[in-house]
Amino acid sequence: MARKPAKANRRHPLATVVLIAIGLAFTGGGYALFTSTATAQTDTASSTSQSSVDEGKKLFAANCATCHGMSLEGSTAGPALLGVGAASVDFQVGTGRMPLAMQGPQAMEKPPQFTEEQTQALADYVASLSPGPAIPTDDQLTANGNATNGGELFRINCAMCHNVAGAGGALTEGKFAPSLTGVDSKYIYEAMLTGPQNMPVFNDHNITPEDKRDIITYLKYIQNNDSTGGYDLGNLGPVAEGLFIWIFGIGAVVALTVWLTAKSN
Amino acid sequence: MTTIERSDTPHEVVDPAFAEAPKLAATPSSRFTAAAANYIDERTSISAVVKEFGRKIFPDHWSFMLGEVALYSFVVIILTGTFLTFFFQASMAPVIYSGPFVPLKGVEMSSAMDSALKISFEIRGGLLIRQIHHWAALLFIASIGMHMLRIFFTGAFRKPRELNWTIGFLLFILALAEGFTGYSLPDDLLSGNGLRIIDGMVKGIPFVGTWISYLIFGGEFPGQQIVGRLYTLHILLLPAIIVAMIALHLVFVVVHKHTQYAGPGKSNENVIGYPVLPVYAAKAGGFFFIVFGVIALIASFFQINPIWNYGPYDPSPVSAGTQPDWYIGFADGALRLIPPGLESVIWGHTYSWNILIPIVVLGLFISIVALYPLVEGWVTGDKREHHILDRPRNAPTRTAIGAAGVTFYAALWAAASSDLIATHFQLSIEAVIHTIQATAILGPIIAYFIAKRVCLALQKKDREIALHGFESGRIVRLPGGEYIEVHQQVDDYERWRLVTFNEYKPLMIRPNAKGKITQTQRLRARMSRWFFEDRIAPVTKTELERQSHDHH
Ligand code: HEC
Ligand code: HEC
Repeated sequence: MARKPAKANRRHPLATVVLIAIGLAFTGGGYALFTSTATAQTDTASSTSQSSVDEGKKLFAANCATCHGMSLEGSTAGPALLGVGAASVDFQVGTGRMPLAMQGPQAMEKPPQFTEEQTQALADYVASLSPGPAIPTDDQLTANGNATNGGELFRINCAMCHNVAGAGGALTEGKFAPSLTGVDSKYIYEAMLTGPQNMPVFNDHNITPEDKRDIITYLKYIQNNDSTGGYDLGNLGPVAEGLFIWIFGIGAVVALTVWLTAKSN
Repeated sequence: MTTIERSDTPHEVVDPAFAEAPKLAATPSSRFTAAAANYIDERTSISAVVKEFGRKIFPDHWSFMLGEVALYSFVVIILTGTFLTFFFQASMAPVIYSGPFVPLKGVEMSSAMDSALKISFEIRGGLLIRQIHHWAALLFIASIGMHMLRIFFTGAFRKPRELNWTIGFLLFILALAEGFTGYSLPDDLLSGNGLRIIDGMVKGIPFVGTWISYLIFGGEFPGQQIVGRLYTLHILLLPAIIVAMIALHLVFVVVHKHTQYAGPGKSNENVIGYPVLPVYAAKAGGFFFIVFGVIALIASFFQINPIWNYGPYDPSPVSAGTQPDWYIGFADGALRLIPPGLESVIWGHTYSWNILIPIVVLGLFISIVALYPLVEGWVTGDKREHHILDRPRNAPTRTAIGAAGVTFYAALWAAASSDLIATHFQLSIEAVIHTIQATAILGPIIAYFIAKRVCLALQKKDREIALHGFESGRIVRLPGGEYIEVHQQVDDYERWRLVTFNEYKPLMIRPNAKGKITQTQRLRARMSRWFFEDRIAPVTKTELERQSHDHH
């Protein structure tokens, strides 16, 4: 599993300034968006951009059809994509899992191969053939929900695979639930909505959109306020702690005893 | 000594290097100290004790300080633990969390968890003390383990120290119990999962399991009692027994005097080293602060057991990567290695072999550890006292048994982290488990043979060096045209180290008083042959003399 580089400094002196700047940019951007979403949203379904769908069709035929079939019907190399929806395509392509590089226990994350527009085009194309879960909108993703509720839902629904601190965990036959540190809110939402591979689907009856937002809020909270007690050793729990004490604790102590009993010369 | 010494206990000799050092002259400022000391002595006669104890000699070797590390970590644990008791509430009464940790605000939890969070986030210095306490506990048990390995591989458990090995072993088990009860106190999700596993193991015992479980938990798991009960064990009963055992352990160290490695001037009849006062006491006092410092440093920079991430215990969620602290890992590993589904139903009772087999195997394993000195003493038939330590290579079978034991333990231990091994090395968990299953069974056998052969080879090398010295790499051409490589002889000190060790031969079967050869005798002879069949005899004096005649 690729490890994210440790954050060098938890609170840089300029952090507040940067945060305010980001906040301003978001509100400004949000305002600008709001004025235009009304128009954008109405035509998502029907005409969104026939051009985008056409573009997606070309990309799909070139990159995906060998496995998923020309009309999403699937093949021996890949499942049918009828009804998976734009959210699934956005998740799979946006996180680099698709196009599948090689058959294995599970599709691995890799640097995405397509630009955002191309991903959007693929999603539009797949959604245009049969309806399915849509890509979540920005206001479903804001991390300002109820972290407590999110935490409880996370412990009950997700921790058995992803670990309580979202550090990831093993499943059977080489499959695994990845670490959730640094995963984009959009992909967290889409993962719940579409249940990629061995992850169950948490549809909106199961975990409502508000609950999903709460889970995102919780995950973002523990990532942004991480490790109160010092470096977190990867949040891997007692195994990491035990290795640490044996290597560095006992190592240091033995080195010191050797030093103390060395003959002075 | 005022008591009569038995002739075979060693004399204590101050290391000449220290004896020659200049003594400090009395200064005026020391006069007050002298007066104060006098005052106390006239009322307590403590000087006799100090004189007696202060003249104890301790040899100097790094490996002799591992037990001290354990002792000092224990002192650190007691100090920080006392602080924690001021704030911890050992109660399972539900409360609503209202502290500063946002993601738990408004969550219902036990007072135990609530107060542990309060210690972490609200009490000044609380988190640091909690982390020191926990890290010190990990170091405590790890250093006990190292100390036991040192004692084992150097044969320091031989007569007269067999009982002290048993006491040390009990201390190890008590330390595990202390660790586990402490780990369970905060009543967070991780510790609750640990207790659930214990509950499952207890319930797996046929007939009485369920009753015992209800007894322990005061009703259906998790009940309302367990934290309070564990707390009593954790802060009262177990520490009291541990302190008493440590005292006994140390009294025995003083009575038996310390062992030493073979070396020039060192024999079974003396102990060469530094007196407790002033050198050893000063060193030991300093060492306490060094150990404390190492633990404090680790605790200030590295987080341990972030209970706020785990959340309060609730029987439904279980987190991926749930493990016990390292020292319980071998037991967790045994449960993970046993093939699932080993159960049989006989007359309406379920026998969970997948729980009973690990319990029995672990029980056997730790019994062997506890009883090993008795077994070895019986097999060798050696009734002498031993105050000189073995170099591990000079006891090949013992070292090989040790290596096998360590391998078995390590396999179980690794199994406890099978899921993390799988994710971090991108393997499938089944492959990891199967590999470790094979290692747990075959590994000890392989380790046994490798260790034994390596020991014998090293002994051969030692013998060679004692007799012929090192190859110096200097090639000389003799007048006759012959080339020889000059061998450099080792000095006498080094040679002494190489040639002093006990040689054992397999025991002969002897009929007992009634003229019969009993089955036990046969077993003993067979074990003795197993122990000593392959051996390298130490270089004898005659061999050495003959060798030096050849050279001159
Ligand atoms: C080499 C064959 C292969 C290629 C090429 C490929 N996929 Fe896949 N795809 C798979 C397989 C196999 C799965 C099923 C993975 C699983 O569930 O373990 C899958 C799953 C998916 C899913 C998830 C389906 C669901 O049930 O939610 C989506 C969406 C998807 N692919 C989209 C794409 C897109 C878009 C492309 C082209 C950019 C693509 N794939 C290229 C093999 C392929
Ligand atoms: C049965 C186990 C399981 C459960 C329960 C589960 N997941 Fe997953 N999750 C997985 C697996 C397996 C993957 C990897 C899928 C893949 O690679 O396509 C995954 C992937 C993800 C990802 C994508 C991570 C990335 O690196 O792109 C997110 C986000 C995620 N899960 C969130 C959640 C959340 C939130 C929940 C609880 C609501 C949850 N999961 C519950 C097994 C699980």
